[in-house]
Amino acid sequence: MKIVFTAKGTEWDSMMDPRFGRTEFILMYNNEKDEFTYTDNRDVANEAHGAGPRTAQRLFELNPEVLITGNGPGGNAAVVLEKAGMKIFIGAGQMTVKEAFEAYKKGELKLL
Amino acid sequence: MKIAIASGKGGTGKTTLSTNLAGYFAEKGEMILADLDVEEPNSGLFIKGETVYKEDKYKMIPEWEQEKCSLCGLCQEVCNFHAVIQLMDQIMVFPELCHSCYACSELCPTGALPMVPKKMGELNHFQKDNLTFVESRLDIGQEQAVPLISQTNEYVDKHFHKEVLKIYDSPPGTSCQVIEAVKNADFVILVTEPTPFGFHDLKLAIDTLKEVKIRFGVVVNRHGIGNDDVVNYCQKESIDVIAKIPNSRRIAELYSCGELIYQKIPEVKHQFENIERYIFAINKKVS
Repeated sequence: MKIVFTAKGTEWDSMMDPRFGRTEFILMYNNEKDEFTYTDNRDVANEAHGAGPRTAQRLFELNPEVLITGNGPGGNAAVVLEKAGMKIFIGAGQMTVKEAFEAYKKGELKLL
Repeated sequence: MKIAIASGKGGTGKTTLSTNLAGYFAEKGEMILADLDVEEPNSGLFIKGETVYKEDKYKMIPEWEQEKCSLCGLCQEVCNFHAVIQLMDQIMVFPELCHSCYACSELCPTGALPMVPKKMGELNHFQKDNLTFVESRLDIGQEQAVPLISQTNEYVDKHFHKEVLKIYDSPPGTSCQVIEAVKNADFVILVTEPTPFGFHDLKLAIDTLKEVKIRFGVVVNRHGIGNDDVVNYCQKESIDVIAKIPNSRRIAELYSCGELIYQKIPEVKHQFENIERYIFAINKKVS
């Protein structure tokens, strides 16, 4: 299963980025292969307009089963994510990526 | 002559000044007041005129025609606003993000993104004696104020003689919509309050107007509160302080009842005479 995180860095110990559209990095963990990869999203983070749908488009291409983030996507991004059919968990904005993953496994995050 | 009333900080008295100046000048002859703060127009609370005309306003948005599309992806590449996005075998358009630039539509090799009108708001035109009042209101959920401000300016330009005095109540801040509202003005009056917040945002507004090279002067509202920073700054930068409207509970009371203040408070009327003299002196220089 592929799980993606919105984060401010590229490590397990990096802080989560509470923002969806303007997240600095998109981290992806594949728990079957135990593979940890990232996408640099800072080009989108610095754009004036349409960051939400653009980031959502990237997630659509990564095609994960689960998204873990902070505040959650806005309306435009949500339309795109809905098409991709991933589960979205929010409320992990103040955690490290590792803590967010643990919280997700324990069922402590809110499903959108 | 076109005079825009802008501010930087919100709530400093743009609408108070716009509506009262409009009333004051309308006593002397024909004049136009246009409310360009289309996200929340409120000049109309103080001007009770008869409706002369109203119309829905539209902006142009691309609409995807699947059967014509070759899925080349050029549309999403040329869109600077990510308002057009390709997801696998479909194109999604986000009307709220679209700036109606036509790039996707014009450049589409198969003509699969024709532009279609989408309602964004409405324009109302009222008349009260000498005073013509034009107000536009953005529909709820619309994010782009600029096209409606631009169309409202076009309406005023088309229907009224250029010699007639026109006052434009502008949106607060220093964003695109403020620039759209002030860019055709001959002169901008920046209303501020003499507080640290008012001063801070006034400086942003001044920088903006210098950037777009429009002449401006400052009116201090609620004069007597805060400190002298605004006045000292204007003196140092050789910016004219055209008038100082006193801080007064009575003004707030009249405002809260939707009444104009200049008729009831002599000091305000006196300050308006200063503004009138200043504007006419400028108008001579302009023409």
